[in-house]
Amino acid sequence: MGLELYLDLLSQPCRSIYIFARSNNIPFEFKHVELFKDSVLGKKPAAGSGAEQPRAGPCIHCYKVPSLGCAVPGPSNSEGAGKVSLLKKVPALKDGDFTLAECTAILLYLSRKYNTPDHWYPSDIQKRAQVDEYLSWHHANIRANAPKTMWIKVLIPLFTGQPLPSEKLQEVMEGLSTSLKQFEERFLQDKAFIIGSEISLADLVAIVELMQPVGVGCDIFEDRPRLKEWRRRVEDAVGKELFFQAHEMILNIKELSNIQIDPQLKEHLAPVLMKMLK
Amino acid sequence: MGLELYLDLLSQPCRALYIFARSNNIPFEFKRVELMKGQHRTEEFRKVNILMKVPALKDGSFTLAESIAILLYLARKFKTPDHWYPSDLQKRARVDEYLSWQHVNIRGKGSKLFLTKVLLPLLTGQPLSPKKLEGVTEELNVVLKQFEEKFLQDKPFIAGSEVSLADLVALVELMQPVGAGYDLFEERPKLAEWRRRVEEAVGKQLFQEAHEGILNIQNLTADKIAPELLEHFKHQLLKQASQN
Repeated sequence: MGLELYLDLLSQPCRSIYIFARSNNIPFEFKHVELFKDSVLGKKPAAGSGAEQPRAGPCIHCYKVPSLGCAVPGPSNSEGAGKVSLLKKVPALKDGDFTLAECTAILLYLSRKYNTPDHWYPSDIQKRAQVDEYLSWHHANIRANAPKTMWIKVLIPLFTGQPLPSEKLQEVMEGLSTSLKQFEERFLQDKAFIIGSEISLADLVAIVELMQPVGVGCDIFEDRPRLKEWRRRVEDAVGKELFFQAHEMILNIKELSNIQIDPQLKEHLAPVLMKMLK
Repeated sequence: MGLELYLDLLSQPCRALYIFARSNNIPFEFKRVELMKGQHRTEEFRKVNILMKVPALKDGSFTLAESIAILLYLARKFKTPDHWYPSDLQKRARVDEYLSWQHVNIRGKGSKLFLTKVLLPLLTGQPLSPKKLEGVTEELNVVLKQFEEKFLQDKPFIAGSEVSLADLVALVELMQPVGAGYDLFEERPKLAEWRRRVEEAVGKQLFQEAHEGILNIQNLTADKIAPELLEHFKHQLLKQASQN
């Protein structure tokens, strides 16, 4: 059994891993995890199997930072996922007996194990530090706000039946604007990519996150020509076709409204989501 | 001009850096940036870090923010002992995994408790709502459980038998709620044992020295905070407290 990657391409961190692995021809088995079809409550007990009961309590990750790096493991098509990651999140990696969660950790592991081209995580310690700097800052900044656009514009109305809370959306967009300003001032500046003339893990992690608001109709590239140009360069560097394939689902997010959401999941998340709206 | 580290030891990531550098005898100039005096918002500091946050590093003309990036840079530049960031692929991945997860979890919840319990009442003059405190404490308890179950498990340290950057980064964050009066080690013997091991690994005296300020934070009064900061902080912190 080779390398297994547990992914749902609706999730930003999953996309960065998918694009990185495919772009570098890293052989892996794509273990598809469907966040909204499988119960977030844990494995559904099969009749008479004595299997574990659904876990009570909201998905820890959703509760804190509404993103799709959310709990999953479910029956049928994602049997392994529950065992793979004790935190029950995607993305997750399984390499023989070794399991790993967290996008940054997985990307770095793959880049080392498969000796990917230097520019992805440069050996020059200052350039490498610039990648680390972005990957760290990303969590509490771009990743704190960008995913919320999807929750507010699509998921909350879908799960709770409540109309889109426009004030909340404005608040989120302002937060995201601030992060984008800092991104341009500190990380991108006048360079082609974050570390300079070549793409690295930092650009990849950033771009997939910024495609989330684009998918739900908040085109943050529209009035930001420098960012727009950077996006074009990143797409070219990884391969336009691969980039679009990875983003097909998120760019057709309206299809989500037609997805059969697990009723238990809906019932469970609705109060958590309402709380998010305050 | 050698290596400069811009630090305020009231800040958790600053403590991790300070302890790591001192513990490894890395020569550096300690540039104190007093957050309560608003020194992080001066034009001078902005030249070092445009994001106006501590910690920050200046090495010649090279500047760097984000404690994780700085820790890794120092480990590489000064070739610190392997166990801090193991060359073994899988052990290294374990360290990376923790360093990534901790941002919104241990760090997020620990900071939130500190903010809610100490800073906000101080800055706003409003009394602390017990319900609110209970809420943020519960959130922290949840991530503490995950930390023990997923990251520490039955090992002496996160990556296995030796201390690494992951343990250091984790422990300095957990000292923040302790400073705020929540002794989370009290009823968690496994965690208390781990803490003891980490303190010994870096040097007990160094660890105590680094934590002197935060462990006396309850003595902080509003008059010690630069007045022009009060309004700014209040606004910032209220926003932060309602997030996550």
